[in-house]
Amino acid sequence: MSDINPMSIALKNCAKTFADGTKALEPLDLAINAGETVVFLGPSGCGKTTTLRIIAGLEEPDAGGSVLFDGQDVTQIPIEQRNVGMVFQSYALFPNMSVAENIGYGLKIRRMPAAQVRTRVGEMLAMMQIEKLANRRIDQLSGGQRQRVALARAIAVRPRALLLDEPLTALDAKLRDTLRLEIDTLLRSLKITAIYVTHDQAEAMALGDRIVVMEHGRVAQIGAPRDIYQKPASRFVADFIGTMNRLNGAVRNGVFTCRAGDLPWPAAPADASEILFRPEDIRVTEDGEPSTLRGRIASAFFLGDRTRLFVEVGERQPLVVESTARRDFSHGEQVGLAIDPRGIVIL
Amino acid sequence: MRTKWLFNLQLGFTLLVCAFLIVPVILSIMAGLTVNYLVGIESGLTLRWVMEVWNGYRNTIFLSIGISLACLVVTLLIGIPTAYVLARRQNALARAIEELLVMPVAVPGLATALALIVTYGSLSGFRTSWTFILVGHVLFTLPFMVRSVLAVLMAIDLNTLEEGASSLGAGWWRRFRDIVLPNCRAGILAGSLMVVTLSMGEFNMTWLLHTPFTKTLPVGLADAYASLRLEVGSAYTLVFFLMIMPLLLALQAFAQPRLKKYVPEDDTHE
Ligand SMILES: Nc1ncnc2c1ncn2[C@@H]1O[C@H](COP(=O)(O)OP(=O)(O)O)[C@@H](O)[C@H]1O
Ligand SMILES: [Mg+2]
Repeated sequence: MSDINPMSIALKNCAKTFADGTKALEPLDLAINAGETVVFLGPSGCGKTTTLRIIAGLEEPDAGGSVLFDGQDVTQIPIEQRNVGMVFQSYALFPNMSVAENIGYGLKIRRMPAAQVRTRVGEMLAMMQIEKLANRRIDQLSGGQRQRVALARAIAVRPRALLLDEPLTALDAKLRDTLRLEIDTLLRSLKITAIYVTHDQAEAMALGDRIVVMEHGRVAQIGAPRDIYQKPASRFVADFIGTMNRLNGAVRNGVFTCRAGDLPWPAAPADASEILFRPEDIRVTEDGEPSTLRGRIASAFFLGDRTRLFVEVGERQPLVVESTARRDFSHGEQVGLAIDPRGIVIL
Repeated sequence: MRTKWLFNLQLGFTLLVCAFLIVPVILSIMAGLTVNYLVGIESGLTLRWVMEVWNGYRNTIFLSIGISLACLVVTLLIGIPTAYVLARRQNALARAIEELLVMPVAVPGLATALALIVTYGSLSGFRTSWTFILVGHVLFTLPFMVRSVLAVLMAIDLNTLEEGASSLGAGWWRRFRDIVLPNCRAGILAGSLMVVTLSMGEFNMTWLLHTPFTKTLPVGLADAYASLRLEVGSAYTLVFFLMIMPLLLALQAFAQPRLKKYVPEDDTHE
């Protein structure tokens, strides 16, 4: 399946102001490597779709901005000549054509001989495991099946990049997980340059080689999922991705002091007044073990493999702590806590 | 069984209404086929009146069919692109044009006809030509075409469909031909049936616009009813039905959607 020749994509100084004056994008620079899967992640309205549409050629950047494919300026080239595959949130499948005709449409436009179109459509149907649906009308398909057809249609023409705008948002949770896995496998086996837009951080983590976190038409952070999770560049990123605990206090002689207690922290910078850490970097201590902080359990949710605890420590928000201990936690119980200093982030 | 009783009542009522509508049609057709309507069916059946109409009035029938088809072609050529543009432009101007389009329907046909005569009546070549009537019919029927196509276009997410097609490499003409036209097929069909039947049956305006050389079917029919025997008028109606039904059915068949069947490769080697 590595018959696709991936390309690199670059945005230079791309801003977007809509006709009604809405400033959807601040000037943006972005470089996407050939064959890489990049996820645009951010809350609704932050400009993900607009950026994707500028890359596709469905929107023109404001004057001064340019889009480069493999180093070539394509800003003035219309979408139909850019050879990028698109998967729309609403699928945009043609209701007047069967599944097979939908998949073959791009090939027909490229004047591929009918026999070859049939071969390629067959390949696509097999790849997406929808052979049985070939002659169905679009309105006879379920949401998941439509999504598969939309993917097959976009890939059939061997595009130089695949752009997906919230392709799973319209589906129910279970199907979303299945299809996410399928899309991941697909993108990796195709080795195609892919841009995937989502507001779902779990989806972004699972699929992206790199994630571009966006906020109010700006890039908040670009990085591998692990970097973004462990070293968020701003409060916004820290809060948007995963769960983040906060403690307010002050540092003196390598000890961080807060309402819940004293935390020994040799590497502490002197001016740290707030520390952030993930639930997996804090744990409930066993009886007799020295603990650094103390708190009172506000609520406990048994999740099967672990228990999610909300621990009151005199801050605005309770700490989220996860425990795999084989015991019950009761409401109001006093517990000792230990933090792994390596997980501490200061912003 | 209360529901059964209710069902029978509804069935009875429906049949009654149907009979009320259909019986006059049957009587009219029979009238066109009886030797003497006043005497009744005992006087015998004949094709004499039908032949008389055919010989004396077939030109009006052909003219009407010709005008209605020409009217259809013109309204298709103007109406579909107009509806397409109106559907794509969601601004105040587009809405205003949409409202303006209803005007010819709201204004009485006689007024439109008078306006046409006052404006173009002195161009004698035009005045005596069938195209003079055609212009009136187009004015009258165009809104019906635009409206029914527009209604369908507004119901589908045309923009996204076109973006999908363009991402696959389709330029605007391919998109219009492969995506826009097929997806507003239902609207085009509804509009076409309306335009053809309206043009075929239009009397008010046509009566003012016609000349002795350009007499359409309804005008001829009015003449026949007014000045000839009732049997002739009825035979006229019969001939009209026989001519227009195949036309409408053909239109309908023409607009049926067709999906091409995909045959997997292996099947061809069997
Ligand atoms: N065609 C448009 N005209 C005016 N404003 C728009 C248009 N499209 C998007 N916007 C605005 O631009 C901003 C970014 O939109 P979008 O890129 O769709 O966000 P996202 O995909 O991240 O949810 C939003 O405030 C949105 O309302
Ligand atoms: Mg969006």
